[in-house]
Amino acid sequence: MTGGEADLLTRVSDDLPALQIAVPLLSAAVCLLVRRPRAAWAVAMIVAWGSFASACVLLSRVLHGGTISYAEGGWQPPWGIELRIDLLNALVLLVVTGICAIVLTASPRSLDQEIWSENHHKFYALYLLCMTGLAGMTITGDAFNIFVFLEISSLSSYALIAQGTTRRALTSSLQYLVMGTIGGTFILLGIGMIYMVTGTLNIADMALQLAAVGPNRTVLVALACIGVGTGIKLAVFPLHIWLPNAYTYAPAIVTAFLAATATKVAYYVLVRFVFSVFGEPLAFGELRLDAVLMPLAIAAMFAGSFVAIFQDDIKRMLAYSSVAQIGYMVLGLSFASVSGLTGGLVHLFNHAIMKSGLFLVMAAVLLRMGSTRLEAFAGLGRRMPITMAAFVVAGLSLIGVPLTVGFVSKWYLVMGALEGGLWPVAVLILLSSLLALVYIWRVIEVAYFRQPPDDAPEIGEAPASMLVPTWVLVGATVFFGVFTSLSVGLASAAARMLLGVEL
Amino acid sequence: MTVETAVGLAVVWPLLGIPLILLVRRWPNLREAASLVTATSLFAMVTKVILPAVMAGGRPRLDIVEVLPGLQLAFEVEPLGMLFSMVASGLWIVTTLYAIGYMRGHHEENQTRFYVWFALAISGAVGVAFAANVFTLFVFYEAITLSTYPLVTHHGTEAAKKAGRVYLGILMGTSVGLLLFAMVWTYLAAGTTEFQTGGILAGKVGGWQLMVLLALYAFGTGKAALMPFHRWLPAAMVAPTPVSALLHAVAVVKAGVFTVLKVLVYVFGIDLLASTDASRWLTWAAAFTILAASIIALTKDNLKARLAYSTVSQLSYIVLGGALATYAGVLGGGMHIAMHAMGKITLFFCAGAILVGAHKTEISDMDGLGKRMPFTFGAFLLGSLSVIGLPPMGGSWSKWYLMLGALEAEQMFMMAVLMASSLLSIGYLMPVVARGFFRDAPLEHEHEHESDREGSGIREAPLLCVLPPVLTGIGCVVLFFFAEDLYLLLAGMLMP
Repeated sequence: MTGGEADLLTRVSDDLPALQIAVPLLSAAVCLLVRRPRAAWAVAMIVAWGSFASACVLLSRVLHGGTISYAEGGWQPPWGIELRIDLLNALVLLVVTGICAIVLTASPRSLDQEIWSENHHKFYALYLLCMTGLAGMTITGDAFNIFVFLEISSLSSYALIAQGTTRRALTSSLQYLVMGTIGGTFILLGIGMIYMVTGTLNIADMALQLAAVGPNRTVLVALACIGVGTGIKLAVFPLHIWLPNAYTYAPAIVTAFLAATATKVAYYVLVRFVFSVFGEPLAFGELRLDAVLMPLAIAAMFAGSFVAIFQDDIKRMLAYSSVAQIGYMVLGLSFASVSGLTGGLVHLFNHAIMKSGLFLVMAAVLLRMGSTRLEAFAGLGRRMPITMAAFVVAGLSLIGVPLTVGFVSKWYLVMGALEGGLWPVAVLILLSSLLALVYIWRVIEVAYFRQPPDDAPEIGEAPASMLVPTWVLVGATVFFGVFTSLSVGLASAAARMLLGVEL
Repeated sequence: MTVETAVGLAVVWPLLGIPLILLVRRWPNLREAASLVTATSLFAMVTKVILPAVMAGGRPRLDIVEVLPGLQLAFEVEPLGMLFSMVASGLWIVTTLYAIGYMRGHHEENQTRFYVWFALAISGAVGVAFAANVFTLFVFYEAITLSTYPLVTHHGTEAAKKAGRVYLGILMGTSVGLLLFAMVWTYLAAGTTEFQTGGILAGKVGGWQLMVLLALYAFGTGKAALMPFHRWLPAAMVAPTPVSALLHAVAVVKAGVFTVLKVLVYVFGIDLLASTDASRWLTWAAAFTILAASIIALTKDNLKARLAYSTVSQLSYIVLGGALATYAGVLGGGMHIAMHAMGKITLFFCAGAILVGAHKTEISDMDGLGKRMPFTFGAFLLGSLSVIGLPPMGGSWSKWYLMLGALEAEQMFMMAVLMASSLLSIGYLMPVVARGFFRDAPLEHEHEHESDREGSGIREAPLLCVLPPVLTGIGCVVLFFFAEDLYLLLAGMLMP
C-alpha cells in the first residue's frame, strides 16, 4: 500500500460519520435509476451492509477513543452542524443499520409476492431514504437536524406502509401521516422554544446553556412538547393508535424493518433530550416526568399485551405486543436510575432483534399461506417446522425465558424497580410478561395441535433466503441472552454516562 | 477425564444422545438402544467419576459463562445434588426399558419425538441438580418445564392440550411471577445468588421480609406442588405412563422439592431459619398439603390420579423436612427424595402395566386382577409399603428422620401429621392391592371363547412392562439396607 492510498483510507474513515448519512441518501437516487428489481436490491444490499460495517467501526472507535465529534463542512460547532457519536447513539446506530441490513437480505421473495416488480426499485429507494433519516436522527448533534431527518424517515415510511397489498394500507398510512406530522410538529415546537431560550441548536451546547438558564416556564413547555412529540413517534400508550394499523397493513418486510428501528430511534431521541439536554434533575425533579411516564408505561404493558391476546391476525397481535414492549422501555426510562435506564436501553437492543425476527416469521408465513390469520397457522408446526421453531424461540424470548435476551431486559427492569423501592411495579412487570406467554402460546397451540383443513394448499418450508436472516435474528436472541457483554455493557455504560455516574 | 469435565459433560450428555436417537429413528430397536446407552453411560459417569469426589468431601465446580455481572452460569456438585442426579439418571435407565415395553405395547405414536424430549428433560434435571447458584438452577428449571410440555401433550388431543395449558400456566406462572422475583431480591440483598454452606442471607434480610422471601421461593417453585399450586401435577397425568413415572414422580417434581430444600439450606441457611422461626409457617403449609392431598387421593378412583395426589402429599414431606430447619429434618427430606422416587416410580410402572396388560385405569375395575398379574401387583405392594413407610422398605428411613426432625424442632403436631399421613396412605394404596389379590374377578360376559379358556392363568403385560416395576420394587427393599450410605453422603450438606 502506498502512502497516498493509506492517506486516502484514513481520510475516508475519518469521514465515516458523514458517509453514514450521505451514502444511503445518494444511493437511494441510484436505486431509482437502476430500475431493475434485483439490481436495485443489490445496490441497497451493498449500502445497507456497508452502513452496518461502518457502524461497527464507529462503535469500536467510540469504545477505544471516546466520543467522536465531526464538524460538517469543517464549520466548527456550536455554529456549524455537528455529528456527534457517543456510547448511546453508537449502540442505536448499530441496531438500526444491523436490522436494516438483515431485513433487507430477506426482502426479495417477500416483495415479489406483495409488490409489483416495476415498483421494486422505488421500494428500495424509499427503504434507503428511511434508513438515511433514521441514521441521521441517531448520529446528529444538532437539534434541528433531528427534526429534518425525522421528516425524511417519516415521509419515506408513510410511502413504504402505503405499498401494502390491501386498501387498508392506504388509510393506515394516512393515519400514521396525520399522527406523525402532529408528533413532528410538537418536536419542532419544543426545539424552537429551547432555541428561544438558549440561542443554540447544538445539543451539547443547549445542555450547557440550559443549565445556566435554569428551569423556567418556556423550558418546561419545551420539554412537554418534545415528550408528546416523541411519544407519538414512539407509540407510547395512549398515543399508539397509529401503530397497530400501520404494522398490520404494511408489507411484511416493512413491518419487520420499522418495528425494529423507527420506534427505537424515537426512544433514543426521547432519552437524548430528557437526559442529555434537559438533564435528570430538571426532567424528574422539576417536571416529574416519572409521574407521567410510569403509569403510562404500566398501562401500555398491560393494555398492549391484553389486547394482543384477543387478536385473530397474528401480525396485528405482534403489533400490539410492540405497544406493550415499548411500555417496558419507557418504564426503564421513568426509573431514572442506572439499572432502570440500562434495562430500557438494553430492551431497545433486545426488542429490536426479537421483534424483527418474529415479523420475518410473519413474512414467511404470509409468503406460503397468503395470510397471517390464526387459522393459517394450523398445522404449520409440521409443514414449516424451521419457520415455526424460529417463532417458538423468539416467542420464548418475548416471554423472558432465561438465556434469551428477553430475560436480560426483564432482569434489569425488575432490578431497577426494586432498587427504587417500587416493588409493586416489579410485580406488575412480571405479571405482564405472563400475558406474553398467553398470546404466544395461542399461536403455538394452533401451529402444533390443530390439523390443517382438508382444502389447505400444499406448502413447503419458506425459502432459504428468508430462513437464514430469520434465524440470524433468532440466533442473536439466544446469543445475546448468554453473552451480554456487548448489549448490557454498552447500555449500562451509556446509562451511567447519561446520569453522570462514575464508571 | 477430570471431575470438573465430567460435571459439565453429565449435563449435556443426554443432549449428545439426541442426534444418535434421530440418526437411527427408522430402526426402533436401535433407537431405544441409543437411549439406553446414553442413560447407562450417564449413570456410570455420575456414580463412577463424580460420586467418589463428592464423597471425599470435594465440591467439583465448573464455570461456564458470566451472563450478567455477578450472575454466573456455573455448576457445583454438593451432596444433595449428587443424590438427585443419581436418582434421575439411574431411574432413567429403568424407565427407558419400561418405555420400550409400554410405548410399543400401547401402540403410541411419534415415539422418536418422545425419546428426544425425554432426553432433554433429563438434561434439565441434571442441570438443576448440579446448579451452583439460583440463576443456573432457574435456567434449567425452566428448561425442564418447556421440554416436558411436549411430553405432557404427547397425544395431541383436546384433553392433552387443555392439560398442557394448566401445566405450563401454573409452572411458568409461579416461576416467572414469584421465583424470578425472589431471585432478583436475593441478588440485590446478598449481591450474589451462589449456593453457600450456611446460606447467604444472614444479616442481609430480616424480620417479616425473610418470611415473604421464603414464601416467594416456596410457592414460586411450582414443581414442588405445594397447595394451592398443585393442580398441574394431576393434569400432567394425561401423558403416557413412562412420563408420569419418571418425570412426574421423579425428575420434575423432585427438581421442585430439591429446589426448595436447596434454597432453604444454601440460601437461607438452617441456622438463620431456626433462629428466626421464619420457616415455621411453611411447616404448616406443608402439613396442610400432606393431609389435604392424602384425603383427595382417597376419593380418586382413577389409579394414576390417586397416585398423583399421593405424590403431591409426599412432596410436602420433603418441604416439611427442610422447613423444620433441623439437622435430622433436612437429612430426612433429602433422603426422601431417593426413597419416594423409588417407591412412586414402582407404583406408576404398575399402573402403566395394568393399562397395557388389562386395559384398566379405574381402581374399581381391578377386582381379582392380582391373580392374573401377580408380578405387577406384587411390585405394587412393595412400592406401596415403601411409600407408607414400613420396614424393611427404604421409605421407613426417611420417615424416621423426618420424625426425628420434628422432635428436634419440638413440633409434636408435625409428628402427628406424619403419622396420620401414613395411615391415610395405607387407606389409599392398600385397597388397590387388596382388590387385586382378594376379590374375585367379575364375570366377563363380553369375553367369549379364548379369554374364558385362559381366564384363570397368568396374563401379564409384556416383559419389559413388568420387569422394571419388579426391579424398582426390589430396589425399595435394597435401599433399606443402604440408608447409612445415603446418610453419610447427605451429612456433608450441613458440614462446612
